[in-house]
Amino acid sequence: MPAPADSRDSLESFAVVARGVEKSFGSHKVLKGVDLRVEYGKVVCILGPSGSGKSTFLRCMNHLERIEAGFLRVGGQLVGYRQHAGKLYEMRHSEVARQRADIGMVFQSFNLFPHMTVLQNIIEAPIGVRGIPKRQAIEEAMTLLAKVGLTAKADAYPRTLSGGQQQRVAIARALAMRPKLMLFDEPTSALDPELVGEVLAVMKGLAAEGMTMVVVTHEMGFARDVGDSVVFMDGGVVVEQGTPSEFFDNPRTERARAFLGKVL
Amino acid sequence: MEVVPLRYYGRWITALALGVVLAGLLVSMITNPRFKWDIVAHYLFDDSIIAGLMMTIWLTVAAMGIGIVLGTAVALMRISDNPVLSNIAGGYLWIFRGTPLLVQLIFWYNLSALYPQITIGFPFGPSLGSFDANRYITVYVAALLGLGLNEGAYMSEIVRSGLNAVATGQREAAEALGMSRFRVMARIILPQAMRVIIPPTGNQLIGMLKTTSLVSVIALQELLYSAQLIYTANFQTIPLLIVASAWYLVLTTLLSIGQYFVERHFGRSDRRVAAAPDVAIESGK
Repeated sequence: MPAPADSRDSLESFAVVARGVEKSFGSHKVLKGVDLRVEYGKVVCILGPSGSGKSTFLRCMNHLERIEAGFLRVGGQLVGYRQHAGKLYEMRHSEVARQRADIGMVFQSFNLFPHMTVLQNIIEAPIGVRGIPKRQAIEEAMTLLAKVGLTAKADAYPRTLSGGQQQRVAIARALAMRPKLMLFDEPTSALDPELVGEVLAVMKGLAAEGMTMVVVTHEMGFARDVGDSVVFMDGGVVVEQGTPSEFFDNPRTERARAFLGKVL
Repeated sequence: MEVVPLRYYGRWITALALGVVLAGLLVSMITNPRFKWDIVAHYLFDDSIIAGLMMTIWLTVAAMGIGIVLGTAVALMRISDNPVLSNIAGGYLWIFRGTPLLVQLIFWYNLSALYPQITIGFPFGPSLGSFDANRYITVYVAALLGLGLNEGAYMSEIVRSGLNAVATGQREAAEALGMSRFRVMARIILPQAMRVIIPPTGNQLIGMLKTTSLVSVIALQELLYSAQLIYTANFQTIPLLIVASAWYLVLTTLLSIGQYFVERHFGRSDRRVAAAPDVAIESGK
């Protein structure tokens, strides 16, 4: 069970505070005590070989996976638990949903709703979850589409878009909820190489606006240029953490050196 | 140079042979006086046949309605995390798919023999009222119960397979946006499941139309039983079966046409034709 918080961790300046987060799938332990802090307004890139648990950890932040031990606080709230009188109460689905509404998530496989147009994809949650009037939701959606450069595609169905366009729509869809934090789960891994750039450009723009972002990625260039800090995970733990220049130019651990040797 | 297309001699021969056979059948149907086409024509729009036809349509619609509502509910129960619900749903499926519909129909028809008095209330607790089974479990109710409950079992499997066909990423994406469980199901999962659910449901509907003829055994005057009533009186069995069959064919044909349009409607986000030029323009920039 997650451990109760101490006062140190309730600092408002952190969007994410994780301590000793553990998670298993069956008998396979994927996260073996992950520690991480993400300050508001910062971009943190999580790197690591596949199977290192980085995606699972990201999904825990949105309660798409349930943690088994440790402490995970996102946006000032425990993920999936209410703390009351020294005990942790598991949240109802509706409470979890309220937490999730403030956290944007972008998936590797885009996961746009195929039965809805681009515009409908974006306004669905603002109208249905936030209760924003339809007209206002459409207005905001069009602004977001302009931002990701897809105004002309408002009435297209996702299937007719390229992967890069779909992922840009997915980012706009997440932004439409005005999240305090954006999680990116390998957002460019499913894209053809020539489409990666357009998605990274949108993400770069977001970072420049001061959005808090946690990005699981294999794009070393992005991590180096845009990341405020880089987290290197391997074997279900954070092996190394630092600024991009520290990590890329002077990796401290053998494992990080071996990883960088393979990917750079 | 002249191009000589391949000639399909095999096809021509087969077509010719089958044509001869069919022509022979047709001629025999017209010339064999025992088909009694005059009697077929006479009864085709007979009042009691039309009344039976209406009953068949009503039974089909009502039983299918019950089946779809019940089937959706049972499918949701079956995939529920609550073991009580999913096991009850499993038990329902086991019984209603495991026994013949004909047996179920006769069973419901004879329900009043089992429970002459039906009481609504709590087990061993207060009663909310009771009614006489003989009066309320009429042939209609028995037929609707039989057809509807049976259909519900099959529909639930169709709905369940439709729900399972929606990628898990869809649920995750919807949940990540903060949608409630109900909203995820109603707005994201079910509409996508529809594409998988609709075609077999169309088949079920066409099947149901014909299956309603089974309720003739409990003397409900639908199309077949109406025809039977006439031919037991005048012994024109074949002409009246032709009358009934003609109507079944008319209805199934209409339903097949409807099915085509409904499937096209639900597949609209799938069609690339209209959107294809867009892609080309975008990727060319």
